[in-house]
Amino acid sequence: MIDILNILLTDSFWAASLRIATPLIFGVLGALICERSGTLNLGIEGIFVVGAMCGWMATWLGAGLWGGILVAFLCGAFFGLIHALLTVPLGLSQHVSGLGITLFATSVSYFTYRTALPDVSSPPRIEPFQPLDIPILSDLPFIGLVLFQQTALTWLALIMVLLVWYVLNRTNLGLAIKAVGDNPNSVDAQGLSVYAIRMWAIVIGSALMALGGAFLTMSAFDAFFFGMVNGRGWVCIALVIFASWRPGKALIGALLFGAFDALQVRLQTEMGALVPGQVFLMAPYVLSIAALVIAARSADYPRALLTPWYKGQR
Amino acid sequence: MEASTVLKLNGLAKRFGSILANDDVTIHLQNGEVLALLGENGAGKTTLMNMLFGHYLPDSGNIEIKSINGDLVPLELGNPSAALAAGIGMVHQHFTLAENITAFENITLGAESLFSLRRNQRKAEKKINNIMSNSGLEAPLDIPVGRLSVGERQRVEILKALYRDAHILVLDEPTAVLTPQEADALFSNLRRMTSHGLSVIFITHKMREVLAFSDRLVVLRHGKNVGSMETSNASEKKIARLMVGSETQKVSPKRITPGGPILSLNDISVAGRSKRDSLQNISLTLKSHEILGIAGISGNGQNVLADLISGLVLPDKGSILLKGVAIQNINPLNMIKLGFGRIPEDRHRQGIVGGLSVSENMVIERLDDPLIQNFGFLRSSVINDNAQTLSEKYDVRGPGIDQASRLLSGGNIQKLILARVFEQQPEIILANQPTRGLDMGAASDVQRHLIEARDRGGGVILISEDLDEILGLADRIVVMRDGNLHDVNSSSREAIGLMMAGESV
Repeated sequence: MIDILNILLTDSFWAASLRIATPLIFGVLGALICERSGTLNLGIEGIFVVGAMCGWMATWLGAGLWGGILVAFLCGAFFGLIHALLTVPLGLSQHVSGLGITLFATSVSYFTYRTALPDVSSPPRIEPFQPLDIPILSDLPFIGLVLFQQTALTWLALIMVLLVWYVLNRTNLGLAIKAVGDNPNSVDAQGLSVYAIRMWAIVIGSALMALGGAFLTMSAFDAFFFGMVNGRGWVCIALVIFASWRPGKALIGALLFGAFDALQVRLQTEMGALVPGQVFLMAPYVLSIAALVIAARSADYPRALLTPWYKGQR
Repeated sequence: MEASTVLKLNGLAKRFGSILANDDVTIHLQNGEVLALLGENGAGKTTLMNMLFGHYLPDSGNIEIKSINGDLVPLELGNPSAALAAGIGMVHQHFTLAENITAFENITLGAESLFSLRRNQRKAEKKINNIMSNSGLEAPLDIPVGRLSVGERQRVEILKALYRDAHILVLDEPTAVLTPQEADALFSNLRRMTSHGLSVIFITHKMREVLAFSDRLVVLRHGKNVGSMETSNASEKKIARLMVGSETQKVSPKRITPGGPILSLNDISVAGRSKRDSLQNISLTLKSHEILGIAGISGNGQNVLADLISGLVLPDKGSILLKGVAIQNINPLNMIKLGFGRIPEDRHRQGIVGGLSVSENMVIERLDDPLIQNFGFLRSSVINDNAQTLSEKYDVRGPGIDQASRLLSGGNIQKLILARVFEQQPEIILANQPTRGLDMGAASDVQRHLIEARDRGGGVILISEDLDEILGLADRIVVMRDGNLHDVNSSSREAIGLMMAGESV
């Protein structure tokens, strides 16, 4: 018990939580935008891989760090567009299309990586994002230490939470996204395009997911590995439900998962002799499921989620 | 106000596959007029209005609408935004409201650019408040629409149209979900608005409303405009003849004296997940030779009551007595065996198994009957002969008895259910909204069978939202509200309407 308390009081633990949470924040915000407009995007896992690979490779080829981020964003948007075309105007099964995107995007990423670098045994490294020193904030006692260790992408993720919240709750665009996910006919009857709103939501949401992937190769690590996304996309799908489709709660959910994960790494080193390491590895997922079971019981689903809408049919 | 034409539909036609849904329909609408559009189901009313609103593109014909400077200009066809901009507002039967945002947000959605911030809130609020006080339509603006009542939601729908400066309002079956008092209030508000220059088209098949509230009426049959007249010259008989093409006889049963009680519900409570699926200490007695009408606005517990009598829901408290003996095993199969016949509300989902053939659906409630099966093997020749006979007897029309039953029209599905239920000569019949959505011919068939069952000695529980139907058929009426039953002493529409709305008489 004392051990856990000691861990919780260190700034490195909180810094690690925030770092681990960053890709999840991007992913869960992306999934949230898609689902608020009425489309489930199970392509998220593959789009994470695409973002991780493309962002890293663009930087390695000399596009610079922010150039890499832009490439990752656009590649995510591209795969989002495929999903949008299949599920919105064509109205195909969102599950099948999403899983297809995940398989396709993952394989294409690995294929491109192998084709570009056929012979390397250890992947080439890039110079990743460095921790950002923000004058006044970094001087704050404990929080400063936590925030001082974060890179620009983590800050971007936190800004995105605010931005998505603002758009959803304070703009006409957000109103239209919420309405189209509840009753598409309400949007159609007001002369707005259901297809356009849904497709843009999926494209932008997918682009955000890709940034989550790019964080892995360009900030958390400095190279691309096979299997490095490791189910983070699926975790985001669960976190959206935990968050009841609200950006603020999405941030809390991501941080909670990050904290569980940071905690298990530290407990492994402290108590590894007593308990097998796999138990700790499993812990964040088990705790997520437990949290989800509690939160999902009262979840208020977007009513039109998973329901395709066809023009002229009512 | 000077009467001038605000809208002309000229020779509109629309074909869906082999069906001509609208055939050369021409209709004029005058300024400040309330025009009723009547017709049976499938007569093409909704198709016509969908063309007006740009949801469908007509195959031929055009639409002219009055512009700001008073001239009639052609309307761009097949474009809802153009219709909106020209001042046509449509209130659909199924509301087009997002329930997770407020009424205010629903009304203003799409009125401004998506990329502007919500700056003009104050201006928009002022405009809506103005419209509300001018029209008398009031609704709470700042709570999510999901928490509003049906009547309030309808007012929000109308406000939405008026906010977009509609000067022509189209209402598709506006009173289907309202109590008689709410309906009256709606029409008096519409009147108030027409005096401000609004013109109204309302689609309905309720004769009473047409005669009481419209200035002029147009009747559609098989997609054609078969007659239009001033309401002052119209009578119920005249309209009915136009609608069906021949005179139909209104079913008006002879009154007979009821016999002894056959079914009693004793102090039954069911605790459902929400108030609309709960029953609170209800008691009810059904006699033989009796049609018991249960009036009420839908969502007041009628469906739990129906499920209870069908054996789908178990009472938490209380008992069901059949001729004085408590029923022990309450389950659907046992209820059928005890002589219950059920005509469910949702005939597509609960009444038939859509993927099975017509003949299979005709015997689906008695599959263990040795006439139907031998050691679990179905006797298809018997099943087919049975279906052949019953299809003729009950006039079930469709692509064939060996075809999937979901291919039948709503009226024919209901006739299939009637055939299945009434051939077993049930002692107790539960009919939940049996004529909803049926045309006059099919509806009067259903009603005739209910009366026959009563005359034969059965008891009928008739649950209906259509007060006219209940007043016409029932020997005794109770009102259902908030999961309770209330006896009715008066048979006046007003008294029953007030009870449905929850006011003490």
